[in-house]
Amino acid sequence: MSAAGAGPGSREGHREPRRAVDGALRADTADTADTADTADTADNPGLAARVTTRRGGFTLDVAVEVAHGEVVAVLGPNGSGKSTLLGTLAGLFDPESATVTLADRVLTDTDAGITVPVHRRRVGLLSQQALLFPHLTAHENVAFGPRCAGQGRRAAGAVADRWLAEMGVAELADRRPSELSGGQAQRVAIARALAVEPDLLLLDEPFAALDVDAAPAVRAVLRRVVRDSVVGGQTVLLVTHDVLDAVVLADRLVVLADGEVVEQGPTAEVLARPRSGFAARIAGLDLVTGTACAGGLHTLDGTLVSGAASEPLDHGDPAVAVFAPRSVAVHRERPAGSPRNVVPVRLAAMEPQGEVVRLRAGASGRGPAWGEGLAADVTPAAVAELGVEPGDELWFAVKATEVAVHPSGR
Amino acid sequence: MTRAAPSSPRTRSSRTGSTGHTLPWPVWVPAVVGFGLIAVPVAGLVLRADWPNFLTLITSDAALDALRLSLQTGLTSTALCLLFGTPLALVLARSDLPGLPVWRSIVLLPLVLPPVVGGLTLLFLLGRTGPVGQLLDAWFGVTVPFSTVAVVIAQTFVAMPFLVVSLEGALRTAGDRYEAVAATLGASPMTALRRVTIPVVLPGLVSGAVLAFARALGEFGATVAFAGSLQGTTRTLPLLIYLDSQDDLDSAVALSLLLVVVAVVVIVATRTRDASGVR
Repeated sequence: MSAAGAGPGSREGHREPRRAVDGALRADTADTADTADTADTADNPGLAARVTTRRGGFTLDVAVEVAHGEVVAVLGPNGSGKSTLLGTLAGLFDPESATVTLADRVLTDTDAGITVPVHRRRVGLLSQQALLFPHLTAHENVAFGPRCAGQGRRAAGAVADRWLAEMGVAELADRRPSELSGGQAQRVAIARALAVEPDLLLLDEPFAALDVDAAPAVRAVLRRVVRDSVVGGQTVLLVTHDVLDAVVLADRLVVLADGEVVEQGPTAEVLARPRSGFAARIAGLDLVTGTACAGGLHTLDGTLVSGAASEPLDHGDPAVAVFAPRSVAVHRERPAGSPRNVVPVRLAAMEPQGEVVRLRAGASGRGPAWGEGLAADVTPAAVAELGVEPGDELWFAVKATEVAVHPSGR
Repeated sequence: MTRAAPSSPRTRSSRTGSTGHTLPWPVWVPAVVGFGLIAVPVAGLVLRADWPNFLTLITSDAALDALRLSLQTGLTSTALCLLFGTPLALVLARSDLPGLPVWRSIVLLPLVLPPVVGGLTLLFLLGRTGPVGQLLDAWFGVTVPFSTVAVVIAQTFVAMPFLVVSLEGALRTAGDRYEAVAATLGASPMTALRRVTIPVVLPGLVSGAVLAFARALGEFGATVAFAGSLQGTTRTLPLLIYLDSQDDLDSAVALSLLLVVVAVVVIVATRTRDASGVR
């Protein structure tokens, strides 16, 4: 995790310990300084971008930094300016005012009149649609980039072979895109994007167009190639409205609304304790961080959260247990019976949300700390029956079958 | 001419299988009438033909000269359409040139203009007394009208819009997403054009070229106005057919059938390539 800041007012924090940056930074982002690898950041500067442009009804004004090897997710609803941001970084869209530097190269500086053309930026782009060239085989698609970089036919072919194998689609090398399923095509597209070894990989809702069945596997394999040793630390900016993408792939989360950064920080923290109403709404999930173990997840304070792994996980891998607030049952007394996960909480807040009331848990001091920040959605009738109000000591219970354990960014 | 969308298995199945979807019957009646309007006259031609003398009629000196000239000029003007029309379609489809609709309307003018009018405008421009023709004559001693070159120019004039319309449609359907992806993979604009854009729109380019060739092959009005009707030099098959229809109807019918055969061969050959070729 790097200390790279994003958002107006924190850009200069890039190479300094987080605590020294800005007194206005809130406590929950300050602890990232402890894990910040500032030396690595200084040796391999990643992306630093500031974009200001008028689009439709709002003004996009965003600063984002991504350290070398870091994966940052930009989360926001449609029309929040995500696509404009990506288009600017890729060089496909000319903003009114922007500076973009990547790996010590100035890619865009509107004041100085600099715009490096798309094909010389070394910025890869993977979007919802695989957009494989329809007239080329999967293998030729992947070899396309290396060929453009001047590699010979044989060398480019070898690169393509390696990446297709890496993505688990080596046997599809000779297929045309029309003969591939959506998930297969997207794997080939990932191989194609990574085969040119871009300094920055932009992911634009990369799983949004996939079947529900295909998305997790593609997400897992993408996670493996960008995070593990395969590319030795790929710098990635991911744009998504799917919280799961951010949970599984990202180190850090930047929340965008109406063209501005409203919130940012380590993924799990932002999602578990959203400070903006917007983040809370898009998050809409309970998350507990820890490490994977048999039967679920070990929290940082050593308690077990029972659940099923979404994909095979090694013991001790960083992981996040995810469940929906509506699957949390609320009790006055410690419930007996089947729920595997029961945690004492002190009710911090009650927020009406349409048909339900969201009960937000604070620290209780009576039990494991993972209960803090959890949300439980209950009906107004249940609230009336329980007679709860903020400050009350309660028990939150969730069945193990409702808990999915995902690998997490860190 | 449009391609199946990439990575969509659904478009493949729709190409092969019947869906059991039935057309409403009111579609069939005008469809049959329309088909008849095209097919029956051709059948009438077959019935009217003087079959015992058919081979003699189409192998006369005049006929062979006309056929050779038609194929030569048709192919040449198709090549010119590709050479100039492809970049023209790219500019119309991809550039943000100001006043693009106006430029496009001008390019499409030959589609709506009577060919004779097109031929006359060329004559006024390139004729010996025309503004450009005068200079060509004075500087190079070149006279364009009533030469084979004039035939090619007239055919290119009327045929080019067919290629441009077809290709521009294909380019717009394909969108610029593939070019954008190619650029992010490091392809220069020229590389992207050569290795992505052109291959992706190749079916549209082929069908556009076929249309242009067919139009050039059948060209009459502009040719007769601008190039005249000299055997071996400017008298193409349509001109010969018209000439013969005045006094030698048997020959006109035989040559008409020859033209039909050439057209059908071209269409069938390129259609099969279109469906299977790029795959």
